Amino acid sequence: MQSSKQLKPPVTETYDSLLAPGQSLNSVTTKISDIVLFPVLKTPVGWIIGFVAAGLLLMLYLYSLATLFTVGIGIWGINIPVAWGFDIINFVWWIGIGHAGTLISAILLLFRQDWRTSINRAAEAMTIFAVACAGIYPLIHTGRPWLDYWFLPYPSTLGMWPQFRSPLEWDVFAISTYATVSVLFWFVGLVPDLATLRDRSTSPIAKTLYGLASLGWRGAAKHWQRYEVASLLLAGLSTPLVLSVHSIISFDFAVAQLPGWHVTVFPPYFVAGAVYCGFAMVIVLMIPIRRWFGLEGLITMKHFDVMSKVMLASGMIVTYGYFGEIFYAWYSSSVYEYYLIVNRFTGPYAWSYWSLILFNVLIPQVLWSKKLRQNLPVLFFVSMAINVGMWFERWVIIVLSLHRDFLPSSWASYTPTFYDWSTYIGSFGLFFVLFLLFIRFIPMIAIFEVRDLVHKTTAHTADHEESGHAGA
Amino acid sequence: MSKATSTAAMEAPATYGIMAEFTDSSALIHAAEHLRDAGYTKVEAYTPIPVHGLDVAIGHKPSRLPWLVLAGGLTGSSGLFAFMTWVNLVDYPMNIGGRPHFSWPAFIPITFEGMVLFSALAAVFGLFLICGFPRPYHPVFNAPGFERATTDGFFLCIETSDPLYDAAKAKSILTGLGATAVNEFSE
Repeated sequence: MQSSKQLKPPVTETYDSLLAPGQSLNSVTTKISDIVLFPVLKTPVGWIIGFVAAGLLLMLYLYSLATLFTVGIGIWGINIPVAWGFDIINFVWWIGIGHAGTLISAILLLFRQDWRTSINRAAEAMTIFAVACAGIYPLIHTGRPWLDYWFLPYPSTLGMWPQFRSPLEWDVFAISTYATVSVLFWFVGLVPDLATLRDRSTSPIAKTLYGLASLGWRGAAKHWQRYEVASLLLAGLSTPLVLSVHSIISFDFAVAQLPGWHVTVFPPYFVAGAVYCGFAMVIVLMIPIRRWFGLEGLITMKHFDVMSKVMLASGMIVTYGYFGEIFYAWYSSSVYEYYLIVNRFTGPYAWSYWSLILFNVLIPQVLWSKKLRQNLPVLFFVSMAINVGMWFERWVIIVLSLHRDFLPSSWASYTPTFYDWSTYIGSFGLFFVLFLLFIRFIPMIAIFEVRDLVHKTTAHTADHEESGHAGA
Repeated sequence: MSKATSTAAMEAPATYGIMAEFTDSSALIHAAEHLRDAGYTKVEAYTPIPVHGLDVAIGHKPSRLPWLVLAGGLTGSSGLFAFMTWVNLVDYPMNIGGRPHFSWPAFIPITFEGMVLFSALAAVFGLFLICGFPRPYHPVFNAPGFERATTDGFFLCIETSDPLYDAAKAKSILTGLGATAVNEFSE
């Protein structure tokens, strides 16, 4: 119960294994559930400070949205020709972050990668909260969000239907499906752990609430069998879903005929970028969390090593995309495509293009070194750089393509306003408020999956303190 | 059927079954196979982790959930595809640059998302339906020490509804199979 308050002993890092040695079913269950199960009044001060800070950012967000709704989108810096600015940049950025959670929870489940076990729950939570932050942008960027139900096909008195051939309408279906399936998948994964909390909590209120949320899970063999089938099916559905969502988002650009957007490489390039940025965000969140909650035995250096390698690989795909864009500009012989690249290299926003190359291509190269991969301050810095770099990537794609298109007479520039920034920074408030509530009330590591990993790795040695009565 | 235990059952509440605790999954699987081969049919195991092979050891049939998910996926995809076709061909046909009304490739992304959405809903709510969730209360929660079933306890229960149910005999079999604790418990 006092695990989060006691003085931290010196950390012994585990480098070659997914679990520190000497874990049992009971020890991992106690370790993870004790982070959640302690009285509300004994919440750590650090959590409260974080929650207040995130809450203030959330207030800034609500203030920005209230101003937006009462005044209109004229408070933003967008205009013609740059009609998509921070709203769509941040939408794509946030939803890209979310994709790492689905990748870890679904794709790595199908590939039976055990290293996903300690990080999948937090990564899935990150997905849901990032999708919430992302989904708000397209809703508010319409300027009249109270009419957003027009996106949906409903039998209206106007006799009109949405344009089902438009990528913007595909977005509506892709994102709402993604949000729904992510929440369902997450909740199904939570049920056995909520039952563990129900059985371990001593407070009657906690027992009742976790009891209701766990739906009466009792670990019956029949239920486990159905449960595993359902998990596998959901993973199998989520895998093409996550690829389709970012592909459809890339169609928002690729289907348009604007230089810099009209390229066939966009779907894989966007998906790889999403994985890149999402893994960076998982690392940024996990490095402090494992330290604060003493989870070094469950989230080991091996996890960071594997995640760094995924980041490096997806970063190389993204880099290939950057070179590909330069190649197309030359190979297409289109003056507009060619000018776009010249504008990126030397135009008024060249600083953003070179920042993108610095943050996304150059800095992450340090991950080739195993020594630097396993140096957490370095890894944290690199991951932050990737998050910033991926934000610049969306900026470059959106603003640099829009501000100078075919006719020089329609060229203009784009400068974000205070409200652009406050809506963006404020959305972190929403994200962190939700994330802090999550780590306070829900086990941030999937307990039953870690138990399963312990069970597999200890290979039928006795799970109890008593003398092992291993079966034949 | 279980007249032998009816005297005990007269005292309200009735006995639900006998619960045995094992130290690990292999002992549990071994015991479940033994009971299945001995002809017990109302047997269920309760474990903190999914134990592979346990459903076969007890004699559970494979799940029908995949068929439900398939039905959900077909409903979602065909339903949305048919809907978009109807909108563009019948309800509000629009001639845009002479392009065909039935431009089916453009309907595929939404068809796909509908397939995923309805399949996932079928998987999750089908799982709840098959498991009988939500059911916050169940008699097995009365078994002594059962709260460990979600931490590190491996349990096996023979219910009184089993035609072969006999408390004394079940207790000796389960103890012989290596159970560390065997208790009858009430509903």
